[in-house]
Amino acid sequence: MGRKFLLVLCTLMTAVSLGCGQGQSSGDGGGLNGKLTLTGSSTVAPLAAELAKRFEQLHPDVRIDVQSGGSGKGISDARSGVADIGMASRALKDGESDLTAHQIAADGVGLIVHSSNPVSELTNEQVVAIYTDQVAQWNEVGGGDVPITVVHKAEGRATLEVFLAHFQLKNPAVTPDVIVGDNEHGVKTVAGSEGAIGYVSIGTAEADVKAGVPIRLMPVAGVAATTANVAAGKFPMSRPLNFVTGDDPSLLSIAFIEFCQSKEVHDLIVSQYFVPIQR
Amino acid sequence: MTSSSPNTLFPFNADRWLAFVTRTCALFSAIIVLLVVTFLALESWPAIQHVGFGRFVTDASWHPLSGLFNLIPMIVGTALTTIGSLFIAVPLGIGSAVFGCFYAPPRLAGFHRRSVELLAGVPSVVFGLWGLVVLVPLLAPLGGSGQSLFAATLVLGLMIVPTIALTSQSALQAVPSQLISGAAALGLQRWVIVWRIALPAGKSGIKTGLLLATCRAMGETMAVLMLAGNVAKMPDSIVSPIRTLTTNVALEMGYATSEHRAILFVSGLVLMSVVCIVILLMDFAGGWKNG
Repeated sequence: MGRKFLLVLCTLMTAVSLGCGQGQSSGDGGGLNGKLTLTGSSTVAPLAAELAKRFEQLHPDVRIDVQSGGSGKGISDARSGVADIGMASRALKDGESDLTAHQIAADGVGLIVHSSNPVSELTNEQVVAIYTDQVAQWNEVGGGDVPITVVHKAEGRATLEVFLAHFQLKNPAVTPDVIVGDNEHGVKTVAGSEGAIGYVSIGTAEADVKAGVPIRLMPVAGVAATTANVAAGKFPMSRPLNFVTGDDPSLLSIAFIEFCQSKEVHDLIVSQYFVPIQR
Repeated sequence: MTSSSPNTLFPFNADRWLAFVTRTCALFSAIIVLLVVTFLALESWPAIQHVGFGRFVTDASWHPLSGLFNLIPMIVGTALTTIGSLFIAVPLGIGSAVFGCFYAPPRLAGFHRRSVELLAGVPSVVFGLWGLVVLVPLLAPLGGSGQSLFAATLVLGLMIVPTIALTSQSALQAVPSQLISGAAALGLQRWVIVWRIALPAGKSGIKTGLLLATCRAMGETMAVLMLAGNVAKMPDSIVSPIRTLTTNVALEMGYATSEHRAILFVSGLVLMSVVCIVILLMDFAGGWKNG
């Protein structure tokens, strides 16, 4: 009995180890080879990693290394040549005109409320008042007699940064009733509470509205929160996601950036809740 | 005990090999926890060195990106949800085990046991989703958003019922049948047999179940994250939002860089210490070992 078991075990292990050796051949070069290093924004990094994975599948001789560390690091690494491409989740500033930004997507954040909420629009001051607990009832901003449930994100989330930057809030000043993790969690929380207000990625919210979830996107500063407006750069609570390069990027860098700006990766951009740029 | 020696019928020195194999297994399972603690300590060391132990309890709030690192609300959150869930799960679990062993007709007992086992297999994210979509809107009229200490405790309680129920039932079934039949022959009523004979005899197994359930409640992350509201503030009522040590890590780890990340490892280290303290306390609490 014992020896039979051992025999089976050994056979299995041999089979597994043999199996591991296979499946690494095949694939046609495609002409491109070499290694690219991307560093920078932790918002862009997960998207860049997905883009890199697909690019590597198309060009098996290319290796792409993606590291996050903040937009500032991306820009300084692109300038110093430590990285081939820097990632930045903002537009280039005046002092950075020696670099070239290649926009690959946009990130838009929209305010959402329950679909039964009669308030159609809030001013920036009203949103700030709600998030800092100066306004606690919807009837103070033209709604029904319902207490406001403030839905906020956990520290470190990109949507939180965009939201705080747009309304010029400091996070310790915000008095949330609920803190959510990802966008879907935020949507479900607002959909389950009539007095709730929150903010999520516009891509997620649009998809959920289409699927019949009882939430509504609010306009910000009079601009409707749609992915089309984000892509056109009209929506205020948004930011570009850029790849940044120095003066003369390598052929491989150019090929990768062009690939990331092409239509064939729009599904990846959408799956990360970002907005593809129409060209 | 005698160890076997090689002979013509069985040429291997089986006991020597078994001793070696079991020793390796024992060493390995004991060493894992040491490795985990070492890893946590190493990862959180830069933060402890930089921030100092004091500020984790004296800072004004938990806003790691603004340099405020108070962990006390999260420790309180973990303690409250765990204790609350035990209050729900212990009576339910032990009651269900007693029913399965002493009161249920055999066929129903089998069905009952299968359904409790099934409950043990429900993934925590399913509990969380159910709580978020069904339970939270029901609790919202009590005040707040519905995502609260109460919601998290309730669902956590339901989640650890099967751990307590199944271990208690096994413990009760392992009580020697002579004790039960002897008591029955003396003409004792069934509830007396349960209360004075079976439960005391199975105490040790039931306590192990309680320990496992406590640890599961302290470590549960996903369901609590979806239901607790996660505001890192001292709760002032049962419908206040609350954040536990585990959800603190889960919420922020994915997006945390360098120092923020190290601070979150401190959160994990604190949770490990809380678990250690609880296990030690339960170990010392009245005749645990000989039960």
